Amino acid sequence: MIPASYFFILSLILFVLGIIAFFLKKDLITQFMAVEIMLNAANLAFLALGKSSGFLDAQVIVFFIMTVAAAEAAIGLAIILLIFRQKKSIKTEDLRSMKG
Amino acid sequence: MTDIFWLIPFVPALSTLILVLFGRKLPKKYVSVQACTAVLISFIIAVISFIGLLQTRPESGPCVKSLFSWIRVGSFSAELSFRFDPLSAVMVLVVTGVGFLIHVYSVGYMAQDKGYARYFTYLNLFMFAMLLLVLASNMVLMFVGWEGVGLCSYLLIGFWFEKPAAANAGKKAFIVNRIGDAGFILGILFIFAAVGSSEFTAIQAAAGSGVITPGLATLIAILLFVGAAGKSAQLPLYVWLPDAMEGPTPVSALIHAATMVTAGVYMVARMNFLYTLSGAASELVAIVGALTAVFAATMALAQNDIKRVLAYSTISQLGYMFIGCGVGAYAAGIFHLYTHAFFKSLLFLAAGSVIHALSGQQDMRKMGGLKKFLPWTYPAFLIGAVAIAGVPFLSGFFSKDAILAQAFGQGHYFVWGLGLAGAVLTAFYIFRLIFLTFHGKERLEPEARKHLHESPKVMTVPLAILAFFSVVAGYVGLPAVLGQKANVFANFLEPVIKPAGERHLMMSTEWRLILISVAVALLGIFIAYLFYLGHPKIPQALAARFPAIYRILYNKYYVDEIYDAAVVKPLVNGSKWIYNHFDLQVIDGTINGTAAATGFIGKALSALQTGFIKDYALFFLLGVAIFLGVLLF
Amino acid sequence: MMNFLFFFLAIICAGSVLAMIATKNQAYNALFLVLAFACLGGLFGMLGAPFMAVVQIIIYAGAIMILFIFVIMMINLGQGLSPEKKKWTIIFSVFLVLVLFAEIAFAAKSAFSSFKSPGAGSATSPTDLGRHLFTKYLYPFEITSILIIAALVGAIVLVKRREKE
Repeated sequence: MIPASYFFILSLILFVLGIIAFFLKKDLITQFMAVEIMLNAANLAFLALGKSSGFLDAQVIVFFIMTVAAAEAAIGLAIILLIFRQKKSIKTEDLRSMKG
Repeated sequence: MTDIFWLIPFVPALSTLILVLFGRKLPKKYVSVQACTAVLISFIIAVISFIGLLQTRPESGPCVKSLFSWIRVGSFSAELSFRFDPLSAVMVLVVTGVGFLIHVYSVGYMAQDKGYARYFTYLNLFMFAMLLLVLASNMVLMFVGWEGVGLCSYLLIGFWFEKPAAANAGKKAFIVNRIGDAGFILGILFIFAAVGSSEFTAIQAAAGSGVITPGLATLIAILLFVGAAGKSAQLPLYVWLPDAMEGPTPVSALIHAATMVTAGVYMVARMNFLYTLSGAASELVAIVGALTAVFAATMALAQNDIKRVLAYSTISQLGYMFIGCGVGAYAAGIFHLYTHAFFKSLLFLAAGSVIHALSGQQDMRKMGGLKKFLPWTYPAFLIGAVAIAGVPFLSGFFSKDAILAQAFGQGHYFVWGLGLAGAVLTAFYIFRLIFLTFHGKERLEPEARKHLHESPKVMTVPLAILAFFSVVAGYVGLPAVLGQKANVFANFLEPVIKPAGERHLMMSTEWRLILISVAVALLGIFIAYLFYLGHPKIPQALAARFPAIYRILYNKYYVDEIYDAAVVKPLVNGSKWIYNHFDLQVIDGTINGTAAATGFIGKALSALQTGFIKDYALFFLLGVAIFLGVLLF
Repeated sequence: MMNFLFFFLAIICAGSVLAMIATKNQAYNALFLVLAFACLGGLFGMLGAPFMAVVQIIIYAGAIMILFIFVIMMINLGQGLSPEKKKWTIIFSVFLVLVLFAEIAFAAKSAFSSFKSPGAGSATSPTDLGRHLFTKYLYPFEITSILIIAALVGAIVLVKRREKE
């Protein structure tokens, strides 16, 4: 059988890849997608834990994470739309009004 | 009957309180009646207590009444307690008696003044403080009174505070006094360290039992004398007294002639057991007193302001009192204090009467020939002058002679010589004053001449009473030539002031000394007559021949200027320098620097806020990494 | 068989994320992400959570990514943006990422050994999950529904165009 540790390693790799994607990309939408990747990696880790220790609570946690991530995605995208309307751009280089 | 004596200070205190709260709204007549009555009641209580004291005299110890325990800190304790013994009885009678007469006089003198209620408030407050001083049974309470009279002196000297000269004089008096008080406080602290209490009975016991060594006694005595020199205007702390003449004349009479300035003498007499333990300190007291007596008398020679002459005269006479205390004749010193209270306040009040008559003129060069216009003032003034000159059969003669005889008898010939020189000068300057003011040609200003009038009864009656006492007061202290028991005064004071190992003079020596004193006094009067009535050109000729000496005398030896240059200016400049270099730069610099540093750090940190989300995320990541690292390792 | 499935899904998942990083075109990014989510769904199923696997496909790969694609279409950026070129940022972030990787690996290492392998075929049924949700986790469940409504309303309000005065 697949030992749980493999799932953990995969989750770790995905998480790190998400971080790298966040830092390497210059536009907001893609950075937002990277955040979603990270969330999913965490989901994977939770489920692996739940499976290996027999807790059902892990799945409940994952359920809630998914729900909240969905809500967050909705709002986040709405905000990105608004920013685009205001600044006509979603390049993070242009979004500097919080400086100082 | 002596039991009620502790009420004596509180009657004027109550009057002060009422006047402070309501003085301005009360009618003038009421204010004057209340203020004078308060002092009169104190005087009556004093008399009653005195009679009681006479009856209870022998060996029952001083009457001490303790009201409550005031300070109790560790081993330091002071009580609010009063003591009534022969010495304080004499002082209380003088203070309340003369004080009452001066209150009555002030009713007339200050009648036109708009600060009428304020004046009487201060005057009553002064009576309270002075009575506290003389009735206190420990050094701490005496010091409270000491400071209180200093405060009232400041308030009353600067009474007409809109005049800058008066305000400055008030400040000068208080500050110079403070310098003396520093020594006084040190003395009290040393007493405490050695004895553990500041009660007079305790100190006396300690002195007698040897707890206070002669060395320590010298130190304490000198420190206390520094305080006395400040309060009683001796060398070098006398400079405030002439300037104090800016105050109203009754104030000068009460405070700077009869009562406050004598507090120093009283204190030394009170501590006589300390001074007898230390020969060096007594010697110092006597010499300072003698030098002051002569020094001040020389300065009085050239003054033109009538009150200034009397001020220097007061300094000089205080010097005599200290001579008495210094040579061990404390009773003689107190005796002179007592007679001086009468004739000096008489002189001041009479001078006030003259000034009042001339509508404010104080310069003697603008007086003259007033004899015929002031039928009450002139005889009073003359009696005072004769008394102070030491002419026989008036009070001044007896007291001054007692001091000089004791000085000679104890072997202090130098002091005796100085005292004699002072006597000549005293007679001279006081009769110079009389001749310039009342005799000779009229040199009045036309305006003053028109309004010339004798003073009202309320002012002249006290003059008459004081004149009467100036004549008779001396008879309680007759010299020993007339029998040992003749000196009622000294005998009365014996329980408090043990006669200090006097060497009894031979009768013949005493008579010779008396004759020399009298001769000296008459000589002074004669020279004054010569200079100012007989050949009026002589003073000017002398001044022309010795212009330098005249200038030095006239400018009071430039002492004030010397003090200003040597003490005042360096202090002021030093303060300015410190202000500029330390206060502004260091202290302000630190505060401003802190603010600037905070702002700088803020600006530096705000450089981190670039506005880029990615940078923020980076810091986020950094934080997580560090956090995890700390948790794991 | 299971091993092969696992490695297959894992490699495709990681691979599509890498591709996502490499690609500039945003639409392609989104599509690669969909692929990654689908693989993850499969992996969830392998871990004995069939309900979660299905939910993952429906919600994540379905709804959320559709949202993303909508917005990408609305914000028409054409070819997309090239990745970050600034040296400093790249180096620093790579360094930090490696550090983080190391830390997490270290932390999890001790945990790895203590885990038993997943039992065969012991998949949880939705019944059990439902029971948990509605008894033990009722409170968070209800709160989450409020959260969703709030998000819904919020999104609508945010994007509504103002009436031009």
